[in-house]
This record gives sequence, structure tokens and C-alpha cells, in this order.
Amino acid sequence: MTYMYKILNKIELNIDVDLMVIEAPLVAKNTKPGNFVIIRVDKSGERIPLTIVENDSNSITIISQKVGYSTKMLGRKNIGDYLEDVVGPLGVPAHIKAVKNLVAIAGGVGAAPLYPQLKAYNDQGTEIDLIIGASNKEHLILLDKFKAIIKNLYICTDDGSMGEKGFVTKVLEKLLSEKTYDQAIAIGPLIMMKNVVKINKNYNLKTDVSLNPIMIDGTGMCGNCRVSIGGKVFFACVDGPDFPGEEIDFDELIERQKYYKNEEHICNLMLGEKK
Amino acid sequence: MISRTKMPELDATIRNKNFEEVALGYDLKQVKMEASRCLDCKNPRCVTACPVNIDIPRFIKLILEDKFEDAYCTIYQDNILPAVCGRVCPQEKQCEGACVLGIKFESVSIGALERFLGDFSLKNNFFKKEIIEENHHKIAIIGSGPAGLACAASIRRMGYSVDVYEALHEFGGVLKYGIPEFRLPKSIVDTEIIRLENLGIRFHKNVIIGKTLTIDQLFNEYDYKAIFIGSGAGLPSSLGIKGENLNGVYYANEFLTRVNLMKANNFPHSNTPVKTGDNVAVVGGGNVAMDAARTAKRLGAKKVYIVYRRNMESLPARLEEIHHAIEEGIEFRLLLNPVEIIGEAYEIKQIKCQIMVLGEKDSSGRQKPVPTNNYEIIDVDNLIIAIGQSPNPIIKNSTANLKVDDWGRIVVDDYQTSIPGVFAGGDIVTGAATVILAMGAGKEAAIRMDSYVKTL
Repeated sequence: MTYMYKILNKIELNIDVDLMVIEAPLVAKNTKPGNFVIIRVDKSGERIPLTIVENDSNSITIISQKVGYSTKMLGRKNIGDYLEDVVGPLGVPAHIKAVKNLVAIAGGVGAAPLYPQLKAYNDQGTEIDLIIGASNKEHLILLDKFKAIIKNLYICTDDGSMGEKGFVTKVLEKLLSEKTYDQAIAIGPLIMMKNVVKINKNYNLKTDVSLNPIMIDGTGMCGNCRVSIGGKVFFACVDGPDFPGEEIDFDELIERQKYYKNEEHICNLMLGEKK
Repeated sequence: MISRTKMPELDATIRNKNFEEVALGYDLKQVKMEASRCLDCKNPRCVTACPVNIDIPRFIKLILEDKFEDAYCTIYQDNILPAVCGRVCPQEKQCEGACVLGIKFESVSIGALERFLGDFSLKNNFFKKEIIEENHHKIAIIGSGPAGLACAASIRRMGYSVDVYEALHEFGGVLKYGIPEFRLPKSIVDTEIIRLENLGIRFHKNVIIGKTLTIDQLFNEYDYKAIFIGSGAGLPSSLGIKGENLNGVYYANEFLTRVNLMKANNFPHSNTPVKTGDNVAVVGGGNVAMDAARTAKRLGAKKVYIVYRRNMESLPARLEEIHHAIEEGIEFRLLLNPVEIIGEAYEIKQIKCQIMVLGEKDSSGRQKPVPTNNYEIIDVDNLIIAIGQSPNPIIKNSTANLKVDDWGRIVVDDYQTSIPGVFAGGDIVTGAATVILAMGAGKEAAIRMDSYVKTL
């Protein structure tokens, strides 16, 4: 019963983002919305956390942005290749609340972890307004999948190449001034989640967010992924990755995320020699 | 009386810059010399003091008779990992602590002799050939650390079909992620695992019981007759003081895992980095604290401090490790208790420590540290928190009816948990302890599991 983690399918969603379907039957069987896996691309690889976007009985789907060395190495793998390690499903499944209507905010590749949760909300009959934003038209992902489950879709791009020009927060402010929601959910860059939570607080609207800090084991052992919420320490890997956003110390998280920036650069320099 | 044979070691000024093994082991001449010191007592106190009751006088006698294979088999009967235990057991508190020679003189270096035999077996590829009569009953072992390995070996030899499930991508548990290479070379652990595979035990990596598979699934879908939980004490304890989330503050678990399991000392060729500045403080006084401090030194830190709230005599670490740390230039800042971590722009800069004085003896028999109104500030680039670990809650959280105590330790009655057919042993039951105690528990639990399966 030794499992090989074969890449069954790979779709380039845009120049920076890949979707991969990976054979992992044990993980797939127990996966619930909000769960993630930790993968290692090869024997010298880091352990990196990625949300499970979809699953069937045999495989899981992940979406990764080729932003750092390890995700770039992952991007070099193709259909038929194998990954060294895939372990999961990790984390606490998302708490899908019994709400009538929901505003969801997706930033960039954050649309990927948001999708399984919106699907679960849609399945229970929640009416969803989704604001989805990216730097430009090419970087908007999963639009077709969202269109299939969502009534009102608001698109925005930083450069105006599709939808409204500007940040998701601009659209959010506008919606909140016209309409009331029972719950908000936001997944994207930390700075986006921080700003969304800030705005929603003004409207007494609760926001769930999903965090993706640096992790090693993903089982509560190392504590690298710790996050301050209301002055208390939580581990994103076992207590999260989803948390109510109101009390999160986003500034601390943003700095913790940058701790290995120089090392990331050193690794990236190796990409040239590693073909 | 000849004096105790000192084991050769790498020079401290060389070894504190690399990750090579510090203690080099006895050669043949040294091993015979040391073995000849054993008095072969009628009532050997060393055997009673050993958590797995190895027949120590017998293996020593066999060494003197040049019967190294028989000597190895004598240990193997009670302890499947002599090369590991010879290196990491706190012998001064166990066998060697009880040695009669130690009362007026120096105890026999039993650990070094055990290590010699373990290494002899690995080097010469000698192992005990065993014929296993299969009974085809399936047993699942959760965790491939010392408890799990000992349980797996014992129950496999009784004829069971054994699967070991490991959460991480390598086997060995704390032997891999916790204990550094310079104290226990990882190749030893890997070779021992291969031997267990050759015994017919199947090892599965990347399976987290409670997540990837549940206890219920193991019984219902996989038809295991009994399950042993040996998932260890993997959850780091926090200081609970201001500044713990600043960049540059590590739990020892993270720091050691980055280096031991992820090989951050070979960065960037190993892709996982670890950052160590010039000044590193480690808070804690146990073996993990010594390991973290000595690792930081090897990664290039100029000053490494052990910050501990009691005195030198109270350090819970093995004596040998404390000596090694001192030799390698680790500084001991004693009777100091960190109360605040001071940072700038979310990065650690200093630790503020309360100065302690020694008070009356407490329940542990050590003088209790009493706080004063005086403080000392130490400039540091990193703080590594090594004040203990508690059991990992993943299995507990995913398994209804599994009884645990207030500290999250699984409650057992003679290794039997609150769920019929589920047994547990090692750190998950006792809280963080030693390799040999966990192995002893795994071995004992196997006997209980065997009787349980026979009642089915």
C-alpha cells in the first residue's frame, strides 16, 4: 500500500497559475471543503501547504501560483510525473454557516481555496454574491466554475482589462451601501483580507478568512504557522486554516510571511541551473 | 582497578562547525578493556535499572569471549535498537547509575558497549535470523518512532501481519525530526528501518491517523484486529509571554525539524531554510535545549546561550550532552527566567529575564527558583523555546470515546485505552520521556495486544 502521487491532469490557468489533478485516493476519500494538503515536489523539496479545490474518489485538485521556488518547481512537473509526497487532508474543514445570503471576496489565486466553500454554500441554498479580483484579465481564475453556482458575479481588475477597474474593496463598499448580508467570506492576499475585514466591521458584517502561513509538518508540531487572534495564539494548520477575521493580527502575519524572503531569493537563483 | 575507558570524540572546536557525529565509539581494544571492568555481580543492579531489563552482565561476558554476534543477540532480545539506545539513553540515570562500581569508583560504560555491538551488527550486516510463523491477523501501528518500532517488531515476531503508519515523509519519528545528526546519524535509523522491513513489517509514509485514515476506518475498512497508538509528544509548549510570535522566535520543534528532517543545514540544495543570527538564546535545560543550542552553534551562531531558571545541578539534560555543550562553547545563563521578548518591526531584538534565586527544595528534590525584582536584558537574534512538548491531539480530536487526561495524554489500563482493541504507549501516554521508556512500552503493549487478539 505504498502510494505514488501521479499527476493525472494539468491545466495552465494563466502564465503564473497551474491547476493539477493528483492521484491520492486516501486523501481524496476523507476530504471536506476547507481541507488542505502538504506536498513535497522532490526529495530535496520543502513541505508546502495547498488547499484542496476539488476531489473525487481517487484524486484531488490543487491550484498553485508559481510565486516561489517550490511552487515553480511544482510548475515544472507535467501529466504523468509523480510528486514525492502528498499528505492530508489537513486542517479543520470550513464551517459552512446556515445563512441566507453571503458576500464572497476572492483575490487572485485566493479564488481557488474559496471555490470549495462557495460550492458548499451553494449546495445548502445560500444566495451568493461574489466579488472576484485580480491584477488583470488573464489572472482571473475559475470564472466558469463560479458562474455555474453564483447568481451575482462582480469582476474587477487592477488594470481594468476586465470588469471594473480597481480593487475588490471598491466593489465591496458599493455593495454594502446598497444591500445587507448575513455573512462574508474573503480569501486572497493578506492585505486584501485585512482591508475587507476592516470595511465589513463598519457594517457589522462578520468575515471568515482562510490563512496560508509558512508550515512544515502541518500537524501542529512545529508551530511555524502561529497566528495571533484576539491576543491568543493559534496554529493555522490544526486550528485553521479558516478563522473569523475580526480579531486577527494581519500585520504580524504579513511580517511573518516575509521572514524567509532572502532565502527565497537564493533558491530562485538556482532555478537557472536546475533544468 | 583500571579506570573507565573514555570514548574518543571529535575535537570540540572542529565539531561545533559541522554535523558529524561527536562520539566516535570504541575500537576493539577499548571495548575489551571496558568489558573487563564488569564485576559480574550476583544480583546485577544494572539489569533492574534498565527499562527493558537487558541481560547486561551476559552480553558483557560474551564480549570478553569474542562472541560479538551472541552478545548482540542478547541485547536484541530485549531491545531492537542497540545502536540507537547506546547513543541516546540516559545511562547515568539507568544501568550505569545502578552499577556497583560507580559507588566508590566509576561505573562500567555500559552504553558505549551496547553501542559497539549495535554498530558491529550494522557494519557487518549481522542480524538475528528469525523464522516467523504467520498467523495472518492484521495489526496497525500508529507512528514510527521508538514506541511504534518496538511494538511493531515485537508483535511481528509473534506472527502478526503488521502495518506502520507514519505522518511525516520519513520513518523514525523523534529519531528523525528531533535528535540531531551529530548525536544520532540518520543512516543508522534508516538501516534499522530496512531491517524491520526485511522482517516483513510494512511501512506507510504520509498517513496521518485521524486525518488520512481514522481509527474507525482501520477497524472497519482494513480489518485490523488491534491498533497501537505511539504518536508521541509532538506539540510544543509555549512560554506564554509577550513577543512569542515575533520573527526569529522558534519552538525547538520547528528549529530542529528544519535541520534534522528537512536538512536546512544543506540549504539551498535542501530547499528548506533556517535562519540563525549571531546571538541565539535557548530557553530550557533538557536534552532538546542542548540539541537546539548545539545545532545553532553549528549553523554559525557566534554566541549561544542556554537560559534556564534553575541552577546547573538541576539541568534535566543528560550529563554527557551538558559536557559536550560546554566544550562546544555554549554559555549557560542560569537562574534566569524570560518574562518578555522585545522586538522591533516584528523581529526579536532582546529578551528580558527575571533574575531568580534558589529557595527551598520542591517535590522534584531540586531547589526551587524564586523570582527577585531584578531583571537582565540579553541582546539576541533568535530565541528557541525548548521547555517541553505535550501529546499531539490529532487522534484524540478525531476519535470519539478515546479517553485522555487533562494534559491530553491517552489514559490506559495496562496499555489498553478506553476503546477495545486500541492500545497506546510511549510519550502519548506518559508525556515527553525517553526513547528507551517508549520502546519498553511498545514492547509490553505487544504482549497485551497478542492476548487481546487471542480472545477475539
